[in-house]
Amino acid sequence: MKLRKIFSWTGVALSAIMALNNTAQAEDKLKVGFVYVAPIGDHGYTFQHDVGKKAVEAEFGDKVETTYVENVPEGPDAERVIRQLAQGGYDLIFTTSFGFMNPTIKVAKKFPKVKFEHATGFKRAKNVSTYNIRFYEGRYVVGKMAGRMTKTNTIGYIASFPIPEVIRGINAAYLGAKSVNPDIKFKIVWVSTWFDPGKEADATKALRDQGADVIMQHTDSAAPIKIAEQEGVKAVGQASDMIAVGPNAQMTALVDNWAPYYIARTKAAMDGTWKSEDTWGGLASGMLTMAPYNKNLPAEVVAEAKATEEDIKSGKIHVFQGPLVKQDGTVVVKEGEMPDDGMLAGMNFYVQGLEASLPN
Amino acid sequence: MLKIEKRREPSQAMVYITPFIAIALTIICGFLLFAIMGKDPFRATSLIFFEPVTSLYNISELLVKASPLILIALGLSMGFRAGVWNIGAEGQFTIGAVTGSAVALAFYEMEGFYILPLMCLAGILGGMLWAAIPAFLRTKFNTNEILVSLMLVYVANLLLSVLVHGPLRDPDGMNFPESRLFSDSALLPLLMEDGRAHIGFLVALVFVGLALFIQERHMLGFQIKVTGQAARAAQYAGFSSKKMVWVSFMISGGLAGLAGTFEAAGPVGQLVPTLPAGYGFTAIIVAFLGRLNPIGIMLGGLLIAITYIGGETAQIALTLPSATTSVFQGMLLFFLLATDILINYRIKWFGFFKPVAKGK
Amino acid sequence: MDLFINIFVGIIIAATPLVFAAIGEVVVEKSGVLNLGVEGMMITGALTGFVMTVHSGSFTVGILSAIIAGALMALIFAFITQSLMGNQVATGLALTLFGLGLTALIGNSYTAESIPDFPKIFIPVISDIPVLGPMLFHFDILIYVSIALVFGVKWFFDKTRLGLTVIAVGDNDDAAHSIGYPVRLYRYCTLMFGGGCAGLGGAYLSMVQTPMWVEGLTAGRGWIALALVVFGAWMPVRAMLGAYLFGGISILQLHSQGFGLAIDPQFLSMLPYLATIGVLVAISLNKKGSSKLKAPACLGKPFYASD
Repeated sequence: MKLRKIFSWTGVALSAIMALNNTAQAEDKLKVGFVYVAPIGDHGYTFQHDVGKKAVEAEFGDKVETTYVENVPEGPDAERVIRQLAQGGYDLIFTTSFGFMNPTIKVAKKFPKVKFEHATGFKRAKNVSTYNIRFYEGRYVVGKMAGRMTKTNTIGYIASFPIPEVIRGINAAYLGAKSVNPDIKFKIVWVSTWFDPGKEADATKALRDQGADVIMQHTDSAAPIKIAEQEGVKAVGQASDMIAVGPNAQMTALVDNWAPYYIARTKAAMDGTWKSEDTWGGLASGMLTMAPYNKNLPAEVVAEAKATEEDIKSGKIHVFQGPLVKQDGTVVVKEGEMPDDGMLAGMNFYVQGLEASLPN
Repeated sequence: MLKIEKRREPSQAMVYITPFIAIALTIICGFLLFAIMGKDPFRATSLIFFEPVTSLYNISELLVKASPLILIALGLSMGFRAGVWNIGAEGQFTIGAVTGSAVALAFYEMEGFYILPLMCLAGILGGMLWAAIPAFLRTKFNTNEILVSLMLVYVANLLLSVLVHGPLRDPDGMNFPESRLFSDSALLPLLMEDGRAHIGFLVALVFVGLALFIQERHMLGFQIKVTGQAARAAQYAGFSSKKMVWVSFMISGGLAGLAGTFEAAGPVGQLVPTLPAGYGFTAIIVAFLGRLNPIGIMLGGLLIAITYIGGETAQIALTLPSATTSVFQGMLLFFLLATDILINYRIKWFGFFKPVAKGK
Repeated sequence: MDLFINIFVGIIIAATPLVFAAIGEVVVEKSGVLNLGVEGMMITGALTGFVMTVHSGSFTVGILSAIIAGALMALIFAFITQSLMGNQVATGLALTLFGLGLTALIGNSYTAESIPDFPKIFIPVISDIPVLGPMLFHFDILIYVSIALVFGVKWFFDKTRLGLTVIAVGDNDDAAHSIGYPVRLYRYCTLMFGGGCAGLGGAYLSMVQTPMWVEGLTAGRGWIALALVVFGAWMPVRAMLGAYLFGGISILQLHSQGFGLAIDPQFLSMLPYLATIGVLVAISLNKKGSSKLKAPACLGKPFYASD
């Protein structure tokens, strides 16, 4: 098996060299490449992308050939890696982190025949699509659960950097919690890192000490779940199902499910129906799924969470439907109206009720 | 047993031979490492060391990576010769990138030949400013410069983060933490049509020549040498050690800052929070690899750049983990330092059982 | 009151990896060697401790192997700098680079593993004393070990002949050599001790504080430990207090956000580093007066036995 793998990669490299000489090769296999920002071993964000890659392999078998490059820093090196894949004859390339946006656009200009897919960004081109998940829908659901489960009315939120994605998550969770528990309070700690398990663990303890009995996180390690388990409080898994780390603590997890999207896009590329699009899928699309609700939760909390999931899927409720009011009282979305995606994508304000002040 | 004996004079031959011994030893250990990991060692080694020089694009990328390494290492080597340890070039690089970018953004969408020189000046000053902190504390209070310059790396990184989340953020960038893309007048001219190699490499070469001149022909080079080898003798000769600290930090800080600006205005084309990719630390290896000699540094910078790019190629082709590169660089430095002894000492082999002669 | 106790406990836990690593480096530097590879030895200990605990199911095995792994890393350093007289600064950096890379390579398959909770010690009666009980007697055994180690090292340098010899080796290696002390042997020993301590500190992070393994887990703590040695002016107890101060600032900045302090969190994250610089300056100001606070005279200089 290992030997086979080596041979197949040797083939990849050889074809890369051939592609340099512009010798078009008669191959009907679609070659799909993935660029990851972290190691697959992060068991969170990148791990889930790799699950999606594996689903593509399982779905198409011999008809596709895939590879990945992990731990690609978002700085100056990204462009070279993406270009190496494009040059190596890859037909469809997924770049899976925001920082790859401009490098992807630059490489795409030089390789008009190669199709690119960039996750979480906003710049598109003829051969560059963008895709993202409406994580905030899941955060609203867990916000409601947190509002029900807390005894201290205090939710602890570990945040990374004040970018729209993170702010949207905080607002959604708060709106969810507030809808079932008007006395709810959010304590938000910014740790200024996506990944420092030691610091995330310390932040979890600090929030716990300040009375938070449900911990949410928008950072990538499983350390908060682990500490929540030790401290006997509730937590929410990030990106992947982290139940193994916190069998009692994890209420549920927001699981990024890139598989359906990756399969659909690979198929489109095979059929010749691929075109540049912007996809922002949530619960309804199956791109976001909730990990199995923990058995130790009260039945009515689980029932409410499931009902909320259904309502969001059916479009009966929108997390940010009007009235949506900023902290200073400015109305962003009027009563009875729906928010537009442009506003959501660039969200940089806290909603009314949150007591903290937004950095910057 | 082995016995070491001081040579009467440092062996000039060994100065040139030992780096090659170190490289050879690293390759041998790399072979073992790959074999243990179940990868084809021949293929992996050839991918890492030869693939990067097989295409024009790869060579241009080689120059992209080598330019900042050479620039920073040149500056550091001056200090290292004088016994001044600036370990925080990474921070000076970061601040140089910030100040250079700030100028680029101030002249956004303007044209003019003066913009790039201004940016470079700002970058140099920024790097110098950041380096002035440890220099000042060292000369004024005798505070350990290794630790201060290192602590400032973390501060610089956070400062960069604050700025791209705030004042330097792209106003049209959906509140993501990135600056605007620089306009054309703020981008470095490229060396070749296809590829990212920029005039920064030529600048680095000019500095190699300049450093060579200072070292061999200028009073400053002599002062540096004497201060490093015999601090007391330098005092008698009337060389101020404080002046040496300042000169070392200003040169190394300025060059690191310039490299930072080049990085933003060259391969990246904007200011991003992930811009510092560790060049400041890797340059320390380069400085030693090059024996603190300008020509050696140029070759060392190219060699390290090869291992970076080759490491990526090997990662794509053989799915080698990205950490392989740092293991390689660590081993290379180990062997280099270990073989250093051959310059000043002779190693005599006494056989296993003969006792070491105890001559007085 | 409970919050106060919890913050106190949190600070002690966050500081303990630093205490271990710093106390080891104090001994190393006292003997006249500067090993900048603390980060590399720490992360090696962190991985080894975690992996061995996963495989053996025993914390004791995990901790002992972490100590050994750290010491082995130090042995590489000792060989290059002592036997081959390589540059100490560069060798230390190489050790860090090598350790970070190697652990990432080997540790890849262990990121999903988890180990049981590290046991805390409850001493009947005194652990139940209000306030003081939970503050001082609810810890895991390693915290007591770290404190004992600090005072042990203090005693070693203050009261034992061997300790004085180590100081002599660090202050004047040529003189020590000419009286017949095996300078290199001493330095091999202190380096291995320092490596063991750093390994233990790393293991505390991966086995108790976090407890998990990921690439780059130590996140720069080895460098902080180095700063603490200077901070503590090469005195064991001071270095420990420095670690608690650093831990305190790190934890309090998280708490201050929870209380709603409106300062940019990224500025808050800079605080521990800025505070370290501030104290380094304060220490160096002080140093002018008292010779007791000076660095070992031979720190970082190569030693060649001219026999």
